[in-house]
Amino acid sequence: MIPHLPHAVDAVVIGASSGGIDVLSTLLPALPRDYPLPVVVCLHVPPDRRSLLVEVFRYRCTIRLKEVDDKDKVEPGVVYFAPPDYHLLFEDRTSFSLSVDDPVNHSRPSIDVLFQSAAGVFGARALGVLCSGSNDDGAAGLSAICVAGGIAAVQDPRSATSPEMPSAGLLACPTALVHDAKGLAQLLRNAGGTK
Amino acid sequence: MESAAILDMELKLLLEAIYLRFHYDFREYSMASLRRRVGQAMVQLHCPSVSRLQEKLLHDPDAFPALLQYMTVQVSDMFRDPTYWRSLRQVVMPVLSTYPSLKIWVAGCSSGEEVYSLCILLREEGLLDKSILYATDINAEALRRAQSGVFELDRLPRFSRNYREGGGRSTLSDYYTAAYGSAVFDKTLSKNVVFSDHSLATDSVFSEVQLVSCRNVLIYFNNALQERAIGLFHDSLVRKGFLGLGSKESLRSVAAGAAFDEVVREDRIFQKL
Repeated sequence: MIPHLPHAVDAVVIGASSGGIDVLSTLLPALPRDYPLPVVVCLHVPPDRRSLLVEVFRYRCTIRLKEVDDKDKVEPGVVYFAPPDYHLLFEDRTSFSLSVDDPVNHSRPSIDVLFQSAAGVFGARALGVLCSGSNDDGAAGLSAICVAGGIAAVQDPRSATSPEMPSAGLLACPTALVHDAKGLAQLLRNAGGTK
Repeated sequence: MESAAILDMELKLLLEAIYLRFHYDFREYSMASLRRRVGQAMVQLHCPSVSRLQEKLLHDPDAFPALLQYMTVQVSDMFRDPTYWRSLRQVVMPVLSTYPSLKIWVAGCSSGEEVYSLCILLREEGLLDKSILYATDINAEALRRAQSGVFELDRLPRFSRNYREGGGRSTLSDYYTAAYGSAVFDKTLSKNVVFSDHSLATDSVFSEVQLVSCRNVLIYFNNALQERAIGLFHDSLVRKGFLGLGSKESLRSVAAGAAFDEVVREDRIFQKL
């Protein structure tokens, strides 16, 4: 099935936990350097050490990668990672904000925090993608994106290393698009208008 | 008009009301966290909209203290980001030890984790007795807790690990007594600490200091307020004094940042030129 987008979006947010590196290894290399949207990734990472996500993906991706610093600008054509032990939020459509507020769903960064913030700031123009993970962080956030009129998608739980997270997302947001990693990659490319 | 835009408008009105009525100035705080925190307060205080929360705030005397806890409290760990503490010990302390007496400002100290970490570090470097620490915050309840030096015992394993990784010379348990689920820190650690109400948004400089430690406070401010806070730190610091920020904070987008050198880039430790 060709992934079809109901309408255009201005930002992509992606959430994942265990098994997340695998699916991101399919999604992120699929994005061209001139991808016209910002892509913001919240992957559950250990709070007490430096994240190596940028290094891990640098050699497989053509799109630019960055771990977010406080008040960084939101720019198209960049994949942003939430830093360990901080929540990542949108201050507005053009800049990020970080917080050390309490963990949500035992997680900091929390996918719910990022997704709910995307729903608030981008509303219908947000695309939320919830992938492999073994807890239900992100489900409430995905639902918030749906309620705001944005587009929700989940990794097909049957294709996910850990199906709990996309399953919880689907339960919270039954209208979510469902694809395996390759399908999600195509969905992201379509969202950017690149085939 | 979009509901998100209306929400932000209501929030701005709420902050204005808080300022006019209670003289707490959150008007230049980062909106991203305020949206979440006020949202949580609305649930707890049974208000279906921000405007209803504002009404309650202005007419129910119990409402503001409750809201204030939501708007200001963030809990940190002792020795959070061990490499920061290692750098303070290895790079900053040797310089500080050359002063005959020391003044240090922990700005936005919240419930005190950073203050006690610093006191322990200073003691181990033989500097605590000649130091005065100013620990400031706008939240009186947090200051009271900081002053008590009592932390939940189940947080101590994490604090201890941080302490070790941060280059601690002893074991953290040497500094506290465990009782009834709490860790009570040695009172002599905080005997040179002045806990005080101070707002980076509305108050001014109160002392000349050699070190300002202000970690993960600026992330809650917008650019204008960050500018003000860094300006205060600059005015407060002696020439060649040190400024320590949180690991994701920087001076890049702040004009006053040009007056600082990066000393330990990875750990966000700066030195006034």
